[in-house]
Amino acid sequence: MTVDIAVEANDLVKHFGETVAVDGVSFAIPRGTVLSMLGPNGAGKTTTLRMLTTLSVPTSGTGTVAGHDIISDPDGVRRSMGLTGQAATVDELLTGRENIRLIGRLYGIPRNRIGPLADDLLDRFSLSEAADRIAKTYSGGMRRRLDLAVSLVASPPVLFLDEPTTGLDPRSRVELWDVLRELVRGGTTLLLTTQYLEEADTLADEIVVIDRGRVIAAGTPTELKDQAGRASVVLTLSDVAELDRAAGLLRSCVSEVHVEESQRRLVAPADGLDDMTRIAGLLQEHHIEVDDLGLKRPSLDDVFLHLTGHRAEEEQVPDDTGEGSSTPPHHSEAGSTVREEALR
Amino acid sequence: MTAAVQPGPQSRPRPSALTGFELERRGLFQQSLTVVWRNLLHIRRMPEMLMDVTIQPVMFVLLFAYVFGGSIAVPGTNYREFLLPGIMVQTIVFSSFVVAVGLTADLEKGIVDRMRSLPIARSSVLVGRSISSLMHSSIGIVVMAVTGLLIGWRIRDGVLDAALAFLLLLVFGFSMIWLGILVGSMMRSVEAVQGFMFTVMFPLTFVANTFAPTQSMPAWLRTIAEWNPVSSLTQACRSLWGNGDPAPASAAFPLHHPEISVVVWAAIFTGVFAPLAVRAFRRRARD
Repeated sequence: MTVDIAVEANDLVKHFGETVAVDGVSFAIPRGTVLSMLGPNGAGKTTTLRMLTTLSVPTSGTGTVAGHDIISDPDGVRRSMGLTGQAATVDELLTGRENIRLIGRLYGIPRNRIGPLADDLLDRFSLSEAADRIAKTYSGGMRRRLDLAVSLVASPPVLFLDEPTTGLDPRSRVELWDVLRELVRGGTTLLLTTQYLEEADTLADEIVVIDRGRVIAAGTPTELKDQAGRASVVLTLSDVAELDRAAGLLRSCVSEVHVEESQRRLVAPADGLDDMTRIAGLLQEHHIEVDDLGLKRPSLDDVFLHLTGHRAEEEQVPDDTGEGSSTPPHHSEAGSTVREEALR
Repeated sequence: MTAAVQPGPQSRPRPSALTGFELERRGLFQQSLTVVWRNLLHIRRMPEMLMDVTIQPVMFVLLFAYVFGGSIAVPGTNYREFLLPGIMVQTIVFSSFVVAVGLTADLEKGIVDRMRSLPIARSSVLVGRSISSLMHSSIGIVVMAVTGLLIGWRIRDGVLDAALAFLLLLVFGFSMIWLGILVGSMMRSVEAVQGFMFTVMFPLTFVANTFAPTQSMPAWLRTIAEWNPVSSLTQACRSLWGNGDPAPASAAFPLHHPEISVVVWAAIFTGVFAPLAVRAFRRRARD
């Protein structure tokens, strides 16, 4: 059986004048799964999303959404997808209900169906109480939920979300994740961009890491973490004075040990439980007291650092508009040299 | 990772809005009307948006009629009667301003993108914006007419002539809307639009016969003023409403045939600005 592909990007390229915002991005999303585009601000995530949602015409390359070509059949694409943009693009002067009504009518949903549909959507997104208040009075989380509700007016099989939780407090973020999981359970295919590693880790079946307009890695969250190297054992000692002795003991059975004195911590590469029990036994034998002992897999943050040489979340400059993301952020000296070479 | 992120069973029914009924086939006009509905809701929610066609022009009328009016001599009528058509023309010319501000705000806020991501005629955003802006400016015309009637302005010729004058105002307003779309698509912020439009609109509406007769201007300025399309429209309204004498023999050609001139100017503006505006909007919306 061939895999049913809901969204496909095929060597998408976008130039803005001299700037190369997207430099050959390809991926495919099987139906009913979640793909997360992960990358820092200015990596080209939004631009890729805008091309797939027919808002921006690719300089070259192509793509399909629910089988419709983004170049030759943009209307087919628009009929099959919902889009939740970076800034929640609800109409501030309209009430929640009117926002749904506006988009619903534009889709051509019959007038007499819109009322019940709006009630249903508002209820699903816990907005019933605020339904008749103008969206200006909504909190950030409510706006996002309304934005999402509006995107779902025509029950699109594919949903694009551009940094859906940027600027939300942790609680609203978790709530939104629940809503998204619910949608996926219902069969919706999701493509979401994020600069939060945790978000990609929790939601995505597959992650595409994008940096400076290119895909630099792709795989399941677990595969990506494996790429970043082995797991490690992390020990926190009770007594800082014992650090050196403990480090010496560990060196006898593992290849390398990192000492983090300020944290009273030792970090050593380990393959699994065997290594861990061996280390635990050794310490017990020599009466070294341990506050905490654990096996740590590399986080996506480690993955990102490993792949790009810089952290994903180091730049917290708000990305104000779609166009904003086309400007490359200020990378390290070495980074900008690479970029300039790529431009030549 | 939790089990929840695994792809769910496809068989489970999605709470679908579309099951059980067909989407209506709606054309450009109906989609535009939905956009108009939305734009009018904006006015209802923020009535101060109407200040530019209500309080502001009323203030202008009062200022000009009572402060400057006494020192401006006009041929064949009193100053208030002379002034009213001028103010109405200014109001309708400013409809381009209304369009530009509204369009830029929608572009800035991502509303246009949202609409462009829908399976609708892409021009419905523009058509809807134009219709609601014309309605917006028409409110101004009504307010001006009422204010005028209160301070002594009268329609002194026939009903048909009077209606023709209002029609010419609308036709000219329509051509000005394209200028608004052009400016709105090119500018990056509402503030930029306001800055640009004030700089263009004030000379355009003042270097004309709107507020003072052109005869007393320096010769070079008078030529500019009399060829100004705004003067043709003002002259057309004055002559159709019977507010003052026809243009003197020394006036430039357009003022002797004001009605035809208005139609020609409107056609030229639409012909020039409409393609430019659509191109600028497309370009703005493409990237």
